[in-house]
Formats: sequence, C-alpha cells, structure tokens
Amino acid sequence: MSAMSQTAKASSAPVNRARVGLRLRVALPLLIIVLIIAFLIGLYVGYQPLNLTALKTDPIARAVFLRLRLPRVIMAGLIGASLAMVGAALQALFRNPLAEPFTLGVSGGASLGASVAIAFGLGLNLMGVPLIFIAAFVGASVSVLLVYRLARSGGGAMLPGALLLAGVVLNLSASAGVLVIQYLASYGRALQILRWLIGSLDVVGFDLIWKMLVFLLPAWIVLIAHARDLHLLATGEEETAASLGVDVRRTERMVFLASSLIVAVTVSVGGGIGFVGLIVPHAARLVFGQDVRVLLPASFLLGAAFLILADTLARVAISPDELPVGAITALLGGPVFLLLLKRQQRYSAM
Amino acid sequence: MPGEFLTPAPLIQARNLSFSYASLPALVDVSLSLPRGAMGALIGANGSGKSTLIRLFTGLIEPGRGEVVFDGALLSNLNRRERARRIAYVPQSTSNVFPFTALEVILTGRSPHSGRFRFESSHDERIALNALEALDAAHLAERHITELSGGERQLVTIARALAQQPEVMLLDEPASALDLKHRTQLVKALRKLRNEHGITILTITHDLMLLDTTFDLIFAMKCGRLVASGAPEAVLNERVLGEVYDAPVRAMRSEGRTFVWSEL
Repeated sequence: MSAMSQTAKASSAPVNRARVGLRLRVALPLLIIVLIIAFLIGLYVGYQPLNLTALKTDPIARAVFLRLRLPRVIMAGLIGASLAMVGAALQALFRNPLAEPFTLGVSGGASLGASVAIAFGLGLNLMGVPLIFIAAFVGASVSVLLVYRLARSGGGAMLPGALLLAGVVLNLSASAGVLVIQYLASYGRALQILRWLIGSLDVVGFDLIWKMLVFLLPAWIVLIAHARDLHLLATGEEETAASLGVDVRRTERMVFLASSLIVAVTVSVGGGIGFVGLIVPHAARLVFGQDVRVLLPASFLLGAAFLILADTLARVAISPDELPVGAITALLGGPVFLLLLKRQQRYSAM
Repeated sequence: MPGEFLTPAPLIQARNLSFSYASLPALVDVSLSLPRGAMGALIGANGSGKSTLIRLFTGLIEPGRGEVVFDGALLSNLNRRERARRIAYVPQSTSNVFPFTALEVILTGRSPHSGRFRFESSHDERIALNALEALDAAHLAERHITELSGGERQLVTIARALAQQPEVMLLDEPASALDLKHRTQLVKALRKLRNEHGITILTITHDLMLLDTTFDLIFAMKCGRLVASGAPEAVLNERVLGEVYDAPVRAMRSEGRTFVWSEL
C-alpha cells in the first residue's frame, strides 16, 4: 500500500533534518557577522567618511567619532533591535503577522503621551526619570490594553481584522490628540513637539544610552524568557497553548509590559519609527523559518543591523542635511505591509 | 468487553460540578467518572454543556462548584506543567496563521516534557513522527499547516496531543469538520490509541452511528445536566435519545449494532 511506503520514507527522513536548536546555532553567528558589518558601515559612512589616521592624531576628529558617531550608531542598533523583537513577539501573541507597535497604535499612544509631557514642560523629572518617558509609557500601555480589549469579541477569539482596525483608529485618535495639543501649546512648545515627532537619533555621549539600557534590558529579558510560550501561542490558539501548560494571561501581561517599556523608550528617544517590527521579523522568517524561539533573537540582531543601515542612509541621502530615519523605515515598511496583507487574506478571513 | 472498564478506579472524575458563564448556568451538578483505559463519548444537543465539561476536565476553566478529581487527586492541585504531561486536549478546530510545518506543530506537544530554554531533541522528534505514523499520516510531516485540509489539520492536532504522551485525551467534537471517510478514520485512530497506547479517551460527538461499536461508555447531557450514562446499549435507545435531543429519535438494533435516525 502507498501508505506503507510513505511511512517508511518519513521515518528514514528525520536523521539529517536541521533541527530548531541547530537552526539557532547557525542563525546567531551569521546574524552577528551581519550586525558587525552593518556596525562598521554605520561608523565609516557619514558626512565625512571615517579617516583612521586623523582619528589617531586629531583630538577633535576623535571626539567627534567617540561622542557623536559611535553613540549614534549604537543607539540606532539598540532601538532597531528592540522594535524588531517587540514586533516578532506581538505577532506571535496576537497570532497576526501584521502586528507591530506602529500598526497596533502603541507608538501612536506613546507619542500622544509624550506630546502632553512636552506641552507641559520637557525638562521635568520624576525621581530621575524624565517625565516624557513616563508619559510615553502610560500612553503605550493604555493603547496596548485598549487594542487588546477591542480586538477580543466578548472574551472570545481574537479577530485579526478587528485588531488592525483598532490599531488604525487608535493611531488616528492619537495623532488628532497630538494636533490639538500642538494647536493649544505655545509656539515654541509646538515646534518642539513637531521636531520630536519627526524623530532623530542624534545623541551626544553615552549618558542617554545607559539610561535607555536600564529600561530596555529587563524588557529584552522578559521577551526572551517568554519565547517558548509565544511559540506555543503562535503554533495554535490560546486554549491549545494553555493545555500545553502556558499561562496565557501572564504571558500577555508580561509581553504587554515589555512592549510598552520598549515603545516608550524608543519613542521618547527617537520619535516614531514605524514598521521596523514588521519588516525585520518577516525577513528573518524567510531565512530562518517560523519558530518563535529562533525568531526573537534573530529579529533582535537583524533589527539592530537594519536600523543602523537605515540611519546611515538617513544621514547621507541628502547630505549635508539629514532625513528622519522614521521616513525611511516607513517608505520601506508600507509596501511590505501591503504585500503581507495580501498574503494573509489567503490564510484567514479578515 | 465494555463491562470490564467499570471496575477499575476512575482516572478522571467529576464531583457535583457546576459552572456558569457570567450568570448563565452551563453545567448543573454533574457527577461522572471515567475509568482508566476506557473510551467514553459525550453526547447531547448543542449548548448542553459538553464543551464546558471537557474544558473543566482539561483545567482550562475552574469549576464554580464541585471538583474535578484526576487519578485520585484534585485536578486544581496539579501544576500547569504536570497537567499538560498527563492530560491532552484536542479542540474542535484550530485556525493557523503562520505556515509552520506539521512536524513543528506536533513538536510543541513535547514542551511539557522539556525545559523552558530547551529545544526538542532528536528523541522528541522521533516521538512526534511516531505520533503522526500512529495516525497513518506520516506523509504530512513536512507539509505546511496552513495548506492542509480541515481533516488533515485535525490529524495533526491529534498527533500533537499524542506527542504529549498523556494518560487521557479529551476531544471536543474532533470529527465535526470531517466527511464520512475521515470520520471513520478518526474513530479508528482513537480506538488504536486506546488499544495500543492505553490512552483513556473522552470525546464529544454528534455522530451517533459509530458509537456503540467503538465506545465503552456513553454520557448523555441535556441543559447542563447529565441525564444518562452507561454502556452504549443502555443509552442508545429511543426513550433516552428522545429526551436528550428533545426530538423523535428512532433506534433499532440489527446485526448486533444500534442504528439511530431521526423522524422528520
């Protein structure tokens, strides 16, 4: 019988199959090399290309390199890595390949929160933490909870279309809110909000980067620690994941918390940088497959490389002026989103 | 022989279970027990509380009143991981968004047996492939789950439950999306799991045709209550079925089997 021969064939096949653990062991070194190359390109390319001899002899050139270019490239890497990993995590959690902080309206919420903070005074601190960050965190958390509640039909299944619509509406409401605040704020403050919304990865020295890491590091750890739970959610549904031992509610809470932290940090520092969490995880899927336990670290490394290169492009495209890096990621991300939307309609009804 | 399963200690037991969704009672004072190694079927009209009972047995929801006893201990005393090692759950259908391969999906059934940061070993992979082979579906291993038919996907879900190496498998209408051929295949597969792997099985079904030759015990539910239970020949009669479905049901025994149909 044909079933017999199929059985025999399948049982001899798995010996040489690339298993998931192996896939990760291949992916990580490969992506680290990619990241190093991107890092070196980011350091080398600029308004003035890196001059190694000047770096040794000229203290000003050295200061420019160490206090401006190096921290900027590192910052781009941190933000890109964080946003990409959050995207991969949210896609698994919501079982929606189009989910990411920007499409779900989480960045929008954070922007609204931050705009309110700027309108009332940018420099304020609460126990050493800038108010703008706290406001962005509140905005991000509220949005992620709202979008989650809206997408659940009376405690039932998650509706992919409803999730994205809720995200769109949140984004629209948030930007309307930002407009109102800009309109009401003083001219100087309004300009500040505008400049900040456009976003820039300009940074002087490493102080800000250390501060960012205080919040980013725990968020990264939380996401990686839940990689398996997210994988079990992505391969099935809430109930099947729960029947395999996943504490679904706790996983949701932890991923929401980590996402809000990451979005708040990146939005308060770099403004709205959309679509990184969409482009990067999908690129990683093409190469390394669907397993979320591989996808999270792979997106992290690839995201860092991606935003370093995007920011390098932003710095030199219209040199000596600069483009906002968010414009570049959005120009790339829009078409990717549409492509994925078309593909998703094959799998599930919106 | 169906009778021999009534003597051993129950593996899973409902004691005066009640459950309500918001204020809507779904289950009212249900007590039943399923012996180890038995194959039980849960029948009843839509909304009669069958799914609620299965989900209570799986531990997905907690009873409002009463308790679920698993292997002599309260189910609520088992932690999630232990529960997942001993009880497997197969939902009615699963929708899949990401194109995982069937093997990747089945391998997730191994997760209750390994650490949080451990990837599956080749041993796990062999178990997963064996599970698929036990269902005569080895050819599905490398296929993408998003491209499978409803019946094939259901086989993958059952293979995942099998890869958990559970003591009991709870299935919520696993055959509802299947045609006659696949339905028969599924019931055969379940019988094989019981006979060859010693897995206790409780499944919800609307298919009364295949009941009496396959199952040891039948539990009939109506409006959240258990109205009849016992061996197939005790439950599959016109009086009980008429009450369960609130409709004229005819049952006839012929050639050692019970045939059930509905009068129009």
